[in-house]
Amino acid sequence: MFLELTGLSKRFGPVEVLSDVDLAIDAGEVCALVGDNGAGKSTLVKCVAGIHAIDGGAITVDGETRTISGPRDAAALGIEVVYQDLALCDNLDVVENLFLGREKVRGMVLDDDAMEHLAAETLSSLAVRTIRNLRQPVASLSGGQRQTVAIAKAVLWNSRLVILDEPTAALGVAQTRQVLELIRRLADQGLAVLYISHNLNDVFAVADRIAALYLGRMAAVLDAADATQSQVVELITSGRSGSLGLGAADTNGARP
Amino acid sequence: MSTQVESRPEAGTEPGAVRAVADHVKGYWAEVRSGEVGALPAVAGIIALCVFFGISQPVFLSVGNLANLFGQGAAVACIAMGLVFVLVIGEIDLSAGFASGVCAAIMAVILTNWGMPWPLAIGAAIATGVVIGLLLGTLVVKLGIPSFVVTLAAFLAFQGIVLMILEEGSNITIHNETVKAVAGGNLERWQGWTLLVLTIAAYGALQMNRWRRRVARSLVHEPLAVVAARIASLGALLTATVFLLNLERSANPQIISLTGVPVVVVILGALFAVWTFVLHRTRFGRHLYAVGGNREAAVRAGVNVDRVRIAAFVICSGMAAIGGIVAASRAASVDPNTGGSNVLLLSVGAAVIGGASLFGGKGTVRAALLGGAVVAIINNGMGLMGLSAGVRFGVTGAVLLLAAGVDAMSRGRGKLFGRH
Repeated sequence: MFLELTGLSKRFGPVEVLSDVDLAIDAGEVCALVGDNGAGKSTLVKCVAGIHAIDGGAITVDGETRTISGPRDAAALGIEVVYQDLALCDNLDVVENLFLGREKVRGMVLDDDAMEHLAAETLSSLAVRTIRNLRQPVASLSGGQRQTVAIAKAVLWNSRLVILDEPTAALGVAQTRQVLELIRRLADQGLAVLYISHNLNDVFAVADRIAALYLGRMAAVLDAADATQSQVVELITSGRSGSLGLGAADTNGARP
Repeated sequence: MSTQVESRPEAGTEPGAVRAVADHVKGYWAEVRSGEVGALPAVAGIIALCVFFGISQPVFLSVGNLANLFGQGAAVACIAMGLVFVLVIGEIDLSAGFASGVCAAIMAVILTNWGMPWPLAIGAAIATGVVIGLLLGTLVVKLGIPSFVVTLAAFLAFQGIVLMILEEGSNITIHNETVKAVAGGNLERWQGWTLLVLTIAAYGALQMNRWRRRVARSLVHEPLAVVAARIASLGALLTATVFLLNLERSANPQIISLTGVPVVVVILGALFAVWTFVLHRTRFGRHLYAVGGNREAAVRAGVNVDRVRIAAFVICSGMAAIGGIVAASRAASVDPNTGGSNVLLLSVGAAVIGGASLFGGKGTVRAALLGGAVVAIINNGMGLMGLSAGVRFGVTGAVLLLAAGVDAMSRGRGKLFGRH
């Protein structure tokens, strides 16, 4: 297992946002994280990304327990997050965005040629053909192309786990397919992928396993091949589905 | 044209050309081809204005007036170059004009009233600018006060400080020949030619080096002819300028000879080269654009955003100090209106006319120089036509509004929103 979360808890004041969450993600697999609004998906991501400190439990990377106390710690462990709002600079071109904050320099001079070369290699290793000109400003790219740049930015740094927060939320049909294919390729290249989405069609199209959060608890982690959409919907909305999921006491009688 | 790396277009020349960041003087062609207006409006404006004033006032095109233009526009161009840094990060510095006044007044007091040597006076003026920038930047960045408010307050305060330094409005004359030569001196003819050769050689070497590196790495590159043409056209322009400035331009050559490249041209050229390098070839410059484009993205990418923003204010006020020195040198005195009146607005106008965006993320040092040229030509030409100051202000205001309108529209279209 690349990343293991055991008994993870996080509270904001009196509100327990995550309680006793277990999750393991292996290299080469896409693990989808689903859950309703407020289920704790974003909080979970931020705990792993080092933006929130955890209040209980442990984060284990490569079998070693780690304290992740900032985005730089996460990056050093090979964990990269692609946020929903992309965080690209519209006025910079593709290469400049890919290397932002980690520019290559010779002496004190930017080595733009080396960066462009590396950017082209990375994109072609991801079989990206949608971005033709690496020197065009990101502002002129389509939503799918921008998402591609954001994902490429995350994998440029020998990252081992890429966390994608709703990467297809704003995309059209064709662009969504392109991004899903890209996500699949990341896993096929041996990266661990944690994929957060509301769209179950997308989830079933790309995920190996599906983890459903319900009110801050891990309702169930299913193999995508064995699961059905209606099962996952029930897990999301009520925390249980048949014999799966949280006990009646845990769900607090929320099930009709 | 080149061995293409996969996922590249087939042999496009535009990307390489647009990307040629060392190309700051004659890169218009590439920008036009790729649909980015960039500096084109300013260049078109300069040509149109020169034709218009040249026809209506033939003296406008005289060699004497050409040299005069550099002197008239230099202070505003210096301040505008500094303002570009603040505009790029999406802020504004309304106090740059009077900051230059404060720095000039301090220089004059040290020089004339205290009789200290000129390096100390100029050093103190620039140091004052740096301290002002640190103060403004810290207030904006650490306390979170909008830069508009901080610098508006500073605008008023600095006006008062100039008055206090000058003891309620008296003016201080500058007698030091070195300081007066900053805006009033000229190079010897041979010095001008030597500098010209060195400049063209340096520019040519940079361009060729860059081209060769890209070819070696099989990156998209321009045809050699384009690079050569760019070097040649810049060389021709500079050679013509030096040739003209080396002509006799005195009305009575028997009494006093007036020839050579003005010192202030060399100063502007050096500042231009240094700040262009900083803006386009260093990590700090890249981060300036990133902060202006999307501050949140810069934070997440690990950029020290606070430091970058404060540094922008320091550079702006530091350049304002140099602008103040140039202005004081040109007038050979400092009075309460040094850096006041329309200096700030002309400087902001110069930067925006040249293509810097008031919305941040966009602007070049070249833009400040070109915009400064437009502003200087308008003022100079209308002065020659004998138009009143009122008309000149009106026209300059209209040009500024036009430039800001182009900026807003190109931003609205999104497509044109780039840093070139």
